Amino acid sequence: MRAFRRHEGRMAPLDRANVDTDQIIPKQFLKRIERSGFGPFLFYDWKRNEPGFVLSRPEYQSASVLLAGPNFGCGSSREHAAWALEDAGFRVVIAPGFADIFRSNCLEVGMLPVQLSEASVRRLMELAVEDPATVVSVDLDAQTVTAAGFAEGFNVDPFSRQRMLHGWDTVALTLRHEDDIAAYEAKRQPWLPRVTAG
Amino acid sequence: MSKTLAGKIWDGHLVRSVEGEPDLLFVDLHLIHEVTTPQAFESLRLSGRRVRRPDLTVATMDHNTPTRGGRAAADEVGKRQLDALEDNCSWAGIRLYELGSRHQGIVHVIGPDLGLTQPGMVIVCGDSHTSTHGAFGAIAFGIGTSEVEHVLATQCLIQRRPRDLAVTIDGSLPPGVVAKDVALGLIAHCGIAGGQGCAVEYRGSTVRSLSMEGRMTICNMSIEWGARVGMVSADDATFAYLEGRRYAPTGSEWERALDSWRSLSTDDGAVFDREIRLDAAQLAPFVTWGTNPGQAVPVTGRVPDPADENEERALRYMALQPGTAVQDIPIDRVFIGSCTNSRLEDLRAAAEVAHGRHVHPRVRAMVVPGSARVKLEAEAEGLDRVFTQAGFEWRDAGCSMCLGMNPDILQPGERCASTSNRNFEGRQGAGGRTHLLSPPMAAAAAVAGHLADVREMAPSPLPTRPRRPRGDRPEAEGRGRGYTY
Repeated sequence: MRAFRRHEGRMAPLDRANVDTDQIIPKQFLKRIERSGFGPFLFYDWKRNEPGFVLSRPEYQSASVLLAGPNFGCGSSREHAAWALEDAGFRVVIAPGFADIFRSNCLEVGMLPVQLSEASVRRLMELAVEDPATVVSVDLDAQTVTAAGFAEGFNVDPFSRQRMLHGWDTVALTLRHEDDIAAYEAKRQPWLPRVTAG
Repeated sequence: MSKTLAGKIWDGHLVRSVEGEPDLLFVDLHLIHEVTTPQAFESLRLSGRRVRRPDLTVATMDHNTPTRGGRAAADEVGKRQLDALEDNCSWAGIRLYELGSRHQGIVHVIGPDLGLTQPGMVIVCGDSHTSTHGAFGAIAFGIGTSEVEHVLATQCLIQRRPRDLAVTIDGSLPPGVVAKDVALGLIAHCGIAGGQGCAVEYRGSTVRSLSMEGRMTICNMSIEWGARVGMVSADDATFAYLEGRRYAPTGSEWERALDSWRSLSTDDGAVFDREIRLDAAQLAPFVTWGTNPGQAVPVTGRVPDPADENEERALRYMALQPGTAVQDIPIDRVFIGSCTNSRLEDLRAAAEVAHGRHVHPRVRAMVVPGSARVKLEAEAEGLDRVFTQAGFEWRDAGCSMCLGMNPDILQPGERCASTSNRNFEGRQGAGGRTHLLSPPMAAAAAVAGHLADVREMAPSPLPTRPRRPRGDRPEAEGRGRGYTY
């Protein structure tokens, strides 16, 4: 995973609630077996069907911080949604709330989900609308979001914070406890199903 | 100390627990399918790692498989994914129920079918509807592809303990109201983010009286209101369903397992972080009108006035006017299937409505069994003939039109009455419009040509067929509780 300490960039205001992962990356693009290349299909239907869709506008093309409404990323567990956002250049998503699996996928990918109050996200959206060139700074070390006249702290659990700051490989972290895993395996109930290939 | 069901299972699966860190949890069963795993295997190989427990990993093909014409009917990109799964399973020594196998099917249907899903287990899968397996008193949840890789490599997951949420539903379900309506009613009541961060335990007399199929429907939809985990503690219905299934314990181990499973319920005095109560008598057959599963009204209701911009948007997408009676909404397609509602009892309930009637000439209706096994069982009962004589298409097992990743999709502008779980924009095909409802309600809509109240169509008794399909298990299967959902 790519490490994340601090990021500065422009914001794109996607003022919608309950944006589901089917919208972020529609199903017809889930058939790829690669991890990259999903960016061009981000919000594919909205970009294609809605004239003036915010992420199609020239002034937001270089945005790297997505602002969204509550319950962002609900629905399907597809990590492709996080990959598509990252592939399209986003490093941070700021919203009043995230669906659990999407939040976890973001952390795995190294894209920071920042939860702020609805009023704060609204204020940032106003800044991004008033002047699309407004730059926001997101500091994971200090756990702050700052932009023209805006400054606020955010919470992230200590483990996820450390993991992102250092870009840890979580599989490697877990494999350090291989003895614990083996000890657990040795005491599992005998009737639990085991399936052999064939 | 008194514990909840979720708490007991969680504590029983701790490989490592340290203050201030998330827990390291052991995974008893990792179900995998073609869509969310190719990148996980690739990354595993690039890191020089192996699959730790292929014997606790089971694969099937379901998401992009055609439901007619077999593998040859898949598109080229879809075939690549099926090929990749086959190669990866063969590389790692993982059992794969491929297309054409008699155990192939939707991953959340075959787990219970095979008896792989058992009380007290921790089950994960790269699919958000993994909560389905919680109906057996297991902790089951959906994960992303990076987590799939983590489980492949370590058979563990780094997880924060969820909060405990009790949903207690008491009372008898009114006529025509089935498990799907309980789920839709609950989501409409709680909102689509109401369960976030929670392990939900469904309790109360209504839940207790549901069949395993009905419990699976409710647990399946947990994610639609934000809960990753939904569960029902095991009881005699659970044990009767499991006994004799392919991977269920046998002999003295069955007895030992039963003893252990019987102790797996929430202790008296255990405290939940939150509690929600629902009165079954207040429920009705529900239909969604919008673009998320919480936007539902009783079938006797009307399309509501939009409360905000999001609802306005939903009505625009669905091409509906506020005030329209739900039953005045005409439909073009009907889909009976998906991991929510494709089991034998679901098909029976729909068949009872379809029997002796005919699909409206304007409607194209499709029935897709959840697994090859469900298909065989339904055919042994003659359900396929009931459906085809009524003008429904009878398909092969798979996810089909629930998510439109295979040839079964809606055309732009088509309106579908669907027993699946998501009515998101474009979910069943770009520009398609989805109304979620129960299997009997879907059959009623197919016959009427518009959303219709199943309570006004008397069910017709199905022809009885004592013959059983060729199976790998003796008597217990499908025994017992009749269709109560």
